[in-house]
Amino acid sequence: MNRMLAVFRREFMGYFSTPLAYIFIVIFLFLTGVTTFYVGGFFEAGQAHLQVFFLFHPWLYLFLIPAIAMRLWADERKSGTIELLLTLPVPLWAAVLGKYLAAWAFTGVALLLTFPVWLTVNYLGDPDNGVILAGYIGSLLMAGAYLAIGACISATTRNQVIAFVVTVVVCFLFTVSGLPIVLDFFSAWTPQTVLATIASFSFLTHFDAITDGVIDLRDVVFFASLIAVWLFANGIVIEMKKAG
Amino acid sequence: MIEILNLVKRFGPTITAVDGISFHVGKGEVLGFLGPNGAGKSTTMKMITGFLAPTAGTVRVLGCDIREDPIGTKEKIGYLPEGAPAYPDMTPREFLQFIADVRRIPHGSQTELIALAVRRTELASVMEQPIDTLSKGFKRRVGLAQAILHDPPVLIMDEPTDGLDPNQKHAVRNLIRRMAPEKAIIISTHILEEVDAICDRAIIIDHGKIVADGTPDALMARSHHHNAVQITLDSEIAKIAEEAFLAMPHVADVARHDLPDRTASLTRFTLYPKDGQRLVDEIGAFTRARGWSTHELYAELGRLDEVFRSVTTGDTQ
Repeated sequence: MNRMLAVFRREFMGYFSTPLAYIFIVIFLFLTGVTTFYVGGFFEAGQAHLQVFFLFHPWLYLFLIPAIAMRLWADERKSGTIELLLTLPVPLWAAVLGKYLAAWAFTGVALLLTFPVWLTVNYLGDPDNGVILAGYIGSLLMAGAYLAIGACISATTRNQVIAFVVTVVVCFLFTVSGLPIVLDFFSAWTPQTVLATIASFSFLTHFDAITDGVIDLRDVVFFASLIAVWLFANGIVIEMKKAG
Repeated sequence: MIEILNLVKRFGPTITAVDGISFHVGKGEVLGFLGPNGAGKSTTMKMITGFLAPTAGTVRVLGCDIREDPIGTKEKIGYLPEGAPAYPDMTPREFLQFIADVRRIPHGSQTELIALAVRRTELASVMEQPIDTLSKGFKRRVGLAQAILHDPPVLIMDEPTDGLDPNQKHAVRNLIRRMAPEKAIIISTHILEEVDAICDRAIIIDHGKIVADGTPDALMARSHHHNAVQITLDSEIAKIAEEAFLAMPHVADVARHDLPDRTASLTRFTLYPKDGQRLVDEIGAFTRARGWSTHELYAELGRLDEVFRSVTTGDTQ
């Protein structure tokens, strides 16, 4: 456990020892602000909730999370430190989990720093803070899912650009799998049950359900199991590369 | 303490990087791992340290099998990977602290052990600078400090002196020699003088197979130059001397070298013995008996680079 913590601490501090963390946080806050207040028309709507704030999170994450995840393993491969890490007495699960949790905690920090939006809506009106809390939990879970996908893909290559692009594509498919853009492609030739399964993988569907204020166990299980599966795959990818 | 048995590593169906290597390394032994680039040195080290999984064969360190108990085995090993990788954004202090945490060194003794490793690798002056900004020599020493931090019984170092200047090389060799009595050490190198300087034993591998295994002296004894005699005489007697040497019963061959202009009046001969026997006493007595003035006379132990070339390329010259 404390081995995982050591990996976690190193990785987490690693974000803040380079400009990456600050640039990411600034851009994230800037974009959430722009999308909420300008694109989403938060003031014009005149309603005391943060629906419009959360509405754009999947689309922001689609590009920002792969940017965080791409370096997780690709960078270690490129600089050779993966050889150091994997020859230290660290179980593979501790290395995978420690690095992943550090990246997740980092996105958590970025998300927390959006608190002025919450202050604003509470100053202006009388929102249901339970719904807002649910929104934050949902957003964090969804970020975790994007990150797990990115971590696994990052482990397959030493090239961060490839990791980024492939992650964006895979994340995009997961995001929109409930929308006509994907379903129309399948609807002509696949049975209804398969179609429903594909649609049920959509991040948007599950995320929207949570931001409506209802934390349904099914949505939480969806994100949690998705994270578990991708992290498991992450471990397998590293094991396979080891076998050469 | 290190037992390697029939280690094989294949990459894909066609490439065999390591092809059935077996050896043992005992306590107090420093094993030099030699071979041309691509011979399989690093791959072997990566399998011993658990970074690569062997296709076949076993690795045991103090009785622990790397595949059955990877964590337990890795705890006993200190490893300096090729190129001494380290996290570039960390300072040596943060980096060593991280290694100490991962290796679960108790908090009470962390400061002490880090200080010891820093002293041994002479890192004190750069402890607060990002590793990224350090010179190649310092980076290498950060890697060394990391490898010896937990005072492991087994040390495996892939080219530990690569990129160091002669003084630093000397310091690292001294460090390895000082630690040697307590540990089993494997170093890979392509600097042959290093083998002579610090190794008790050398293994030469080529195309994934062991082609020579012995003490540096034993390996040098396989050299064409083993027990050859270098002798320098006045040039005016060169012709007579050459014929006389060739006529001696134990001399197999004589090579004559013209020395540079500065010493134009001198000629050097290399006398090769028959069957590698000792020749120098005989030659000494012979020249004294003739009253020839000898400017230089010494026996060669053999040349490691020659043995290296002959076992890895079949070239004997």
